Amino acid sequence: MEVKDIYIRNMKTEDFKENEYLEEYVRELRANGVNIVVAKLDDLINWGRSNSVWPLTFATSCCGIEFMSLGAARYDFARFGWEVTRNSPRQADVVFCCGTIVHKMAPVLKRLYDQMAEPKYVMAFGACAIGGGPFKSSYHTVMGVDQIIPVDVYIPGCPPRPDAMIYGMMQLARKIKMQEFFSLSKDPQLWDLIPTYIKELKLKARELVYLLTHPKLWDIEVVNFIIAIMEKKGGKQ
Amino acid sequence: MNLETLQTLLPFAAIEQKGNTYNLTVPGENLYEAASLLKKDGFDFLWDIIGMDYGDTLGVIYGLSSSAAPVVLLFLKTETSDKEAPKFDSVVDLWDSADLYEREVHDFFGICFANNPDMRRLFLRQDWRGFPLRKDYDANPELNPIPLGNENLADMETLPVLNIMNEDDKFEVHETVFDKSEYVVNFGPQHPATHGVLHLRVSLDGEIIRKMDPNFGYIHRGIEKMSEAYTYPQILHLTDRLDYLSGTINRHAVCLAVEKGLQMEVPERAHYIRTIIDELTRIASHLLGWGCMCMDMGSITAFVYGMRDREKIMDIFEETCGGRLMANYSVIGGVMADIPPNFQKKIKRFIPYMRKMLKEYHLLFTGNPIARGRMNGIGYLSREKAIALGATGPVGRASGWSNDTRKIEPYAAYAKAVFKEVLRSDGLTFDRYIIRLDEIEESLKILEQLTDNIPEGNYAAKTKAIIKLPEGEYFQRVEGARGEFCVYINSRGDKYPYRIKFRSPSMTLVNVLKAIVPGTKVADLIMLGGSLDYVIPCIDR
Repeated sequence: MEVKDIYIRNMKTEDFKENEYLEEYVRELRANGVNIVVAKLDDLINWGRSNSVWPLTFATSCCGIEFMSLGAARYDFARFGWEVTRNSPRQADVVFCCGTIVHKMAPVLKRLYDQMAEPKYVMAFGACAIGGGPFKSSYHTVMGVDQIIPVDVYIPGCPPRPDAMIYGMMQLARKIKMQEFFSLSKDPQLWDLIPTYIKELKLKARELVYLLTHPKLWDIEVVNFIIAIMEKKGGKQ
Repeated sequence: MNLETLQTLLPFAAIEQKGNTYNLTVPGENLYEAASLLKKDGFDFLWDIIGMDYGDTLGVIYGLSSSAAPVVLLFLKTETSDKEAPKFDSVVDLWDSADLYEREVHDFFGICFANNPDMRRLFLRQDWRGFPLRKDYDANPELNPIPLGNENLADMETLPVLNIMNEDDKFEVHETVFDKSEYVVNFGPQHPATHGVLHLRVSLDGEIIRKMDPNFGYIHRGIEKMSEAYTYPQILHLTDRLDYLSGTINRHAVCLAVEKGLQMEVPERAHYIRTIIDELTRIASHLLGWGCMCMDMGSITAFVYGMRDREKIMDIFEETCGGRLMANYSVIGGVMADIPPNFQKKIKRFIPYMRKMLKEYHLLFTGNPIARGRMNGIGYLSREKAIALGATGPVGRASGWSNDTRKIEPYAAYAKAVFKEVLRSDGLTFDRYIIRLDEIEESLKILEQLTDNIPEGNYAAKTKAIIKLPEGEYFQRVEGARGEFCVYINSRGDKYPYRIKFRSPSMTLVNVLKAIVPGTKVADLIMLGGSLDYVIPCIDR
């Protein structure tokens, strides 16, 4: 499958050096076909999302200065709609992980990540955040943020130039463009489970609507949680 | 100060003299006595405490200097053979700066300082196992696994104290930092206004700050321990990442120390180029410091202006050495590569541009009544307090303490340039603000004088493939953008240093913050931090 249709305004597809991983991702997402109405809605929402990503101001060391350069006059990431840096993780979409993460900082970063609202993204910025960098032989360094939290984009460099950071931002924008915001979950296990429970437990219409309109909630844990609640209700009757 | 007067003052000490440097070795039980006598004799500036593991013994080196004769350096050394429970007397009541230094030595070497009221670990977590800078430290990651959960902050509340009443009667007292009745607010570690990952716990009385407790170590990368396994050229690239805003200056210090040890002749051209690059770094750092301080007061425009003009310097760096922030330019024996053809032309174009911009900064911000109202009358730091806390650099000079290493001990090409050390006397926030802009002006003067006179010749001396420093101790201090940056190297004739210690100018600045915030409003805390302009990775190392 070609990825011609991953269109972002700022860069052409052929300008990106690496497209394979995205093609793979698209193939995975579209394996079972996509509902046309939902897919068009997805496109609309993702167009908005990919052009207004709000980063968290999170910088531990040197790369933070390049992050500041990116925000200042010359490089100016406001051109791409990324300039609304949030100081609270609860309002942020993406955490730019600028700098080394050490043992003492690891729980703090984990907590910040947990506080962010879904959908959330992580960019590992610089050699330290990717794999320890120059401090790999240290006793107190975490060898890459991906040991603590999942990472979407890796930007190499020590520190990376702001241009490299913009390239990474565009990669993330493309990933956001490809994601499904409204479409239903493709987990086959879930598809098997849900109708049976709906029949068995006689879900109320309101709850059914709630569940159907919030497909983002549909991972196995949430379904189990709902089931547990329904069973409790059944028990009382 | 000479050898005889020192010997009569301290009859129990073994003294060696090497130029302006004195090495004093005293027995552990005489340490406090020697320290208090030296303090009375005028050594009022304790610039660092260096912990040492000599193999069989553990030791401490106190680096002393005097504000009246800053060219004299004094190393007060002592050792103990007790590796299980090593302890020395604390000197915290003589010098205020000893507080954090002693905690650092305790953290890295497990040495206790009796009568220091606060013997918590400084950088590592309170539950960390082992003392990392000891030679027999077990770096097995299973002993100290990475905390992967979303867990609470480690206990920073109780203060273990080693009180010694008399020889046999010793006990530990546990006190707490804050009372239960106090209202404590966490500030950081993730907060844009802390200028890095610094964690401050602030006790508030309404809007007034009563007390502040800094908590370091969120970016402690163990550079000093790593360096013990690296060769000297390898160490150089770690120094850029200490205080990244004055990276080239830090690197310069290590180069000078190693060159001193090798007794190497560095070409004059290299000295000139290094000095020019250092001054450009200083301007870039002050611009960022100025911009961030103004941003802390709510002026985003000033930040954008500062960063805009900083980009001009980044352009020069990029053309010279390929790096923007990390120049990686000085090497042992000279510089990495020759300057590009239009290096001088670019600098000469930059100097008048920067002068014009400085006028604009003064016009837009310095004279602004709102900014003046915010800055005037708060954050007073007296000269005596600045010396006692060891607040070097622009902060000390704003209080009237003349401490510019470029003047005290001219290195590289500073002796060839005419410039004045900017001094102010009031020690208020506004002085710390204006002194940075004035120093940019002085740096421009240095650039102006040196750029046209770069001598012809080699840009680097030839060095051996493997650099081995002869046995001994080497020390070099330079003037970083935030104060005196020192390197202490203890070599045993190997290609790796036996111990390397960097003196962080920023660490004392956080101590200054701790000293000046009580009584101010909580909104001013951020601006006072901005006026001190510390860099956290330099503190944590």
